[in-house]
Amino acid sequence: MTKLVTDVVCPFCGTLCDDLEVVLSDDGKKIVDVNNACAIGAMKFLHSQAEDRLTRPRMRQEDGSWKEASYDEAIEYTAQMLAKAKKPLMYGWSSTNCEAQGVGSEVGELVGAQMDNTATVCHGSTLIAVQDVGVPGCTLGEVKNRADVVVFWGCNPAHAHPRHMSRYSIFPRGFFTAKGHRGRTVVVVDPRPTDTASIANLHLQVEQGRDYELLSALRVAIRGNPLPDVVAGIPKETIIEVAEKMKNARFGVIFFGMGVTHSLSKNHNIDIAIQVTRDLNEYTKFAIMPMRGHYNVTGSGQVWGWQFGYPFCVDLSRGIARYNPGESSSNDLLVRGEVDAVFVLGSDPGAHFPFNSVKKMNDLPCVVVDPHITPSTVVADLHVPVAFVGVEVGGCAYRMDNVPIETHKVVDAPDGMLTDEEFLEGVLKRVKELKGV
Amino acid sequence: MNTVVLTISKQPELYLETENITPDVFAGKSAEEIAALNVYEGNLTHTLGEYFTVAGGAGDTAADTRIEVKGDLTRVKWIGAKMTTGEVVIEGDSDMYTGAFMEGGKLLAKGNVGHFAGLGMKGGDLHVTGNAGNYLGAAYRGDWRGMMSGVLRVDGNAGSDIGTFMRGGEIIVGGDVDVHVGTHQEGGKIVVKGNGKSKIGGQMVKGDIYIFGSIDVMMPGFAYRENVDLEVDGVKATFEHYIGDLGERHGKSKGETIYGHLYKKL
Ligand code: SF4
Repeated sequence: MTKLVTDVVCPFCGTLCDDLEVVLSDDGKKIVDVNNACAIGAMKFLHSQAEDRLTRPRMRQEDGSWKEASYDEAIEYTAQMLAKAKKPLMYGWSSTNCEAQGVGSEVGELVGAQMDNTATVCHGSTLIAVQDVGVPGCTLGEVKNRADVVVFWGCNPAHAHPRHMSRYSIFPRGFFTAKGHRGRTVVVVDPRPTDTASIANLHLQVEQGRDYELLSALRVAIRGNPLPDVVAGIPKETIIEVAEKMKNARFGVIFFGMGVTHSLSKNHNIDIAIQVTRDLNEYTKFAIMPMRGHYNVTGSGQVWGWQFGYPFCVDLSRGIARYNPGESSSNDLLVRGEVDAVFVLGSDPGAHFPFNSVKKMNDLPCVVVDPHITPSTVVADLHVPVAFVGVEVGGCAYRMDNVPIETHKVVDAPDGMLTDEEFLEGVLKRVKELKGV
Repeated sequence: MNTVVLTISKQPELYLETENITPDVFAGKSAEEIAALNVYEGNLTHTLGEYFTVAGGAGDTAADTRIEVKGDLTRVKWIGAKMTTGEVVIEGDSDMYTGAFMEGGKLLAKGNVGHFAGLGMKGGDLHVTGNAGNYLGAAYRGDWRGMMSGVLRVDGNAGSDIGTFMRGGEIIVGGDVDVHVGTHQEGGKIVVKGNGKSKIGGQMVKGDIYIFGSIDVMMPGFAYRENVDLEVDGVKATFEHYIGDLGERHGKSKGETIYGHLYKKL
């Protein structure tokens, strides 16, 4: 008889769906099937079952080939590398639990590291804007139960957060939203005709790189001031129509993604989108929310927020926490030659960073902790495979609306494998010995 | 005025943080004492003397102290940061935070400076003869009080985000600038003698921006008023006068709404 595990949390994207069911083999050791998840979420569980999965660390040899190593050797190598470095970069921290992020922060503090997470190439600009002007937010539950106007700006949940629309933002029937999608007005702002745009009531095909102007025009329209005939490729009548729709919402929300966080204007796009939201609160209730990518990138910002006071780009080199994206951001550090060692956990910069940065990772001593073989492990000197967090070990994660959710262990990791947290505990112990603390 | 001459003698492997290179810190110190001051490379603390030769000596007071820094300083940050008086002359290119949080005195950078030069400047005179990077005279992250006072002059070009959250003082750029000029500006004056791009004066509440060259795309919240004849930084010309940002909140003074002003040279 197969076993069914219910209420499983999906450790893939920031939607952090908590209604998955996992079908286990008779002995409870293998995952056979995953119900309720979207295709990418299901694959995360099924990937952990791969027959050819790495179960022990491997160290790069002189000739470039790999040699298996023990976890003790891996801990020793990592601790030595971090303790010797003048300015090590410790990057990633998004596909892991808050417990591991906590231990990693302790290591970072001891070695005077540059701590940075995937926000640096994702919603970091959002965090800068929030620090500049604050943020009127809400939970996804409120969106489900109250929102009748939903704006997706520079994001495409149909592909990046597949169940977002069915669980929270467009289709579900909630307490005050009994008509489901028929009661909601959906506006998509995107230069491309995306799948999300195809189900919108209104699609504004903004000119590439002119989101800042369009958001500014919305503010002008909300205030009833005169506008030029066309802004960012959108006629002023449409801008005024959207402004009126937003003002007349019972409860509205703007979701935004990397189409605005990493196009021209970056943090200023988010800053002004927050100001639009704030302006609308003079008329109705409006909130704004970033579509966070990795399932626990939000948690890493939370952990560092309470540890160091800053959610990413934390510079611990001088014994106090400093912060200045543009200087202490991973790609600037790598490209400018500001760091002398790289430690990666819970992310794949090899796949996401510009080539110049990855080249630097290749040149520097580099440790990558990841259950998978990835483009990052290709440039690593030491690859430490670990248990899948959220599948083989539980732990705390923060959803994109900053709600903490406890993820569950579903199956055991292969014999003798360490979790992120256990590996980091080992490194922390050894770094303490090396530093004499 | 007494002069201290620092010449870089060894390049750091990474970058040096040298916020101690100011007349305020050097005042009353001999060459040996100055050489014993701290500089930082990553998590290591070194002495200034390990990286620079020190000649001359400081005056008794900061106001009486002039510092000349020479050599390849492209891996040196924070020169002249937080200085309140005296003089610093940089002979060559320097890296980030040159003259950041400066409160007074004179800083002359004969070359290019990196990003964040004159960040959160409160006073004094910062003159860059080459180009500047991004965030020239901008606010430090999260601070809503950017440049408050003083004069920041760049003869060459500057990058993006100049004068963000600026509240007072003057920024004059001789050449071109990148996007975002005077975003959230709440006072002060920005003069760009070359071309601007776009996002000029976005979210501006108060203050003045003068653009001598072109503007690729105007912000939608700026409304044309009239043509005016002005003398700006020694140049007499006719300018188109716009007010804005009309999407932003604006206070009133004596019953009149106060706007930001954007002047575009004809
Ligand atoms: S939407 Fe995201 S959290 Fe939900 S099942 Fe898909 S990948 Fe997992």
